[in-house]
Amino acid sequence: MDNTIFGFAYLLSAVLFILALKGLSSPVSARKGNTYGMIGMTIAVVTTLMLHGSGLDISSYTNIIIAVAIGGIFGSILALKISMTALPQLVAAFHSLVGLAAVFVAIGAYKNPGAFFEGGIISTGSMIEMSLGLAIGAITFSGSVIAFAKLQGLVSGNPLVFKGQHLINLIIFLAILTLIYLISMNPMNPENSQYFWMIVGLSFFIGFLVVLPIGGADMPVVVSMLNSYSGWAACGIGFTLQNTALIITGALVGSSGAILSYIMCKGMNRSIVSVLLGGFGGDSDAAAAVAGGPKGNVKQGSADDASFIMGNAQKVIIVPGYGMAVSQAQHALREMCDILKEKGVEVKYAIHPVAGRMPGHMNVLLAEANVPYDEVFELEEINHEFATADVAFVIGANDVTNPLAKTDPQSPIYGMPILDVEKAATTLFLKRSMASGYAGVDNDLFFRDKTMMLLGDAKQTTEEIVQSLNLS
Amino acid sequence: MDFLSLFTIFVLAVFVGFYVVWGVTPALHSPLLAVTNAISSVIIVGGLIAAVASKGIIDLSSTMGLIAVLLASVNIFGGFMVAQRMLAMFKKKK
Repeated sequence: MDNTIFGFAYLLSAVLFILALKGLSSPVSARKGNTYGMIGMTIAVVTTLMLHGSGLDISSYTNIIIAVAIGGIFGSILALKISMTALPQLVAAFHSLVGLAAVFVAIGAYKNPGAFFEGGIISTGSMIEMSLGLAIGAITFSGSVIAFAKLQGLVSGNPLVFKGQHLINLIIFLAILTLIYLISMNPMNPENSQYFWMIVGLSFFIGFLVVLPIGGADMPVVVSMLNSYSGWAACGIGFTLQNTALIITGALVGSSGAILSYIMCKGMNRSIVSVLLGGFGGDSDAAAAVAGGPKGNVKQGSADDASFIMGNAQKVIIVPGYGMAVSQAQHALREMCDILKEKGVEVKYAIHPVAGRMPGHMNVLLAEANVPYDEVFELEEINHEFATADVAFVIGANDVTNPLAKTDPQSPIYGMPILDVEKAATTLFLKRSMASGYAGVDNDLFFRDKTMMLLGDAKQTTEEIVQSLNLS
Repeated sequence: MDFLSLFTIFVLAVFVGFYVVWGVTPALHSPLLAVTNAISSVIIVGGLIAAVASKGIIDLSSTMGLIAVLLASVNIFGGFMVAQRMLAMFKKKK
């Protein structure tokens, strides 16, 4: 059969992938977009098998079918069982698999050039593309493994820094580039295969080193960045295979991850360089004890107080943070808001761009608890409304509300866009303790007259408020 | 295809990605991560080529290919399904 038709098929699958991303511009079109993505993937797989497997009898496919079946079943179970709180870990784990797959494809191509390259000769250009794909894939893998371990709590979320770290990273990085140069100068020389394995090893190693010093609170950036890397790795392999579907898809994913990283950095007023250099932001609880003594009078309230204030309010804005996810308070929260709405209170939700451990994490958690998405607003959309709100209900968030970000140039969070909860008539804080947030900065909102602290587990406190609202 | 044509496709695709992804609503950034995850697993194509090439004989290259196919499959099924699960939760006000 003419190869042109296969070219068209790959183009079609690339277009379907673009439509899959396009669909995500609105929750209404998103599910259809997802279906386009699945069709695109099916086309790509079938096309490849027809193009490269022509003339093979069906038994040659047995191994492939088994591999797809095992992977598919495992992936499906993961996707269906995972709790929405643990999504960031799942995404990190998935990224690692893309990276590792790129590594294996590169090894496969290197070891069997006859199947991948015209005349079985790896040209210098192909070798450069392949080793870039290989290196980025390996970095994606090991970086994602560390990100997974941090998010899952297997290793401490605190940044791990040591002296000379950046110098070591730089040396390893330059060594990888040198090795790519050496192997690409003479790709077919079997003696050069040692360079190939050194690239794999060093890339794995630098992936670990790059993510280890990055703190738990910077994970939204890391997850987005690794997403981007997985795309570029796919691109590198796509160039090697001269496969347009792979190149286009890799470029889409690469730029998507880069944009998300940019949005996340902007949400924290940090540069991507400062995030990568690491050392900022450990687990919020770890910083708790050392965060300094009391700075004034704190007004503590009970669930009854909170239910009284909100029951008599006209407008309540909910500000969820990672603490809500940790205590799984979203369902109780939605129940509370339902009662408030029945009482005629206007309820809206305000989401800070870096709330949670991955982009959009809060939105998914609220959607899981059946909060309609048209009650949930982004920072720019809703920030001016705090001035007209009677209550700002901050549940498990801290730094993203800290007015120091606007007033104190010395503060590590200075310049970070914050939700103006202090403009509401009353600010209710649901927190486990008086500890400072991940940035290690005290939030002086806690000590203001208009603020009431409700200390304890977010879910338990919210449930108590629900009970109290039901009685009143 | 020559390098310049492929590179042209690449650069244009980066621009398409740039504009399409800026159009994604921030509320759906988590599903975006899951979907991009799933579609980047189109790298399965490379694994399939390696796996098919040895015509049923198991050697180093085809084993690598099969492992890549398995890993990418986890991602394809997992990524699309978890995205579907998330998207099914987003509902409008009744």
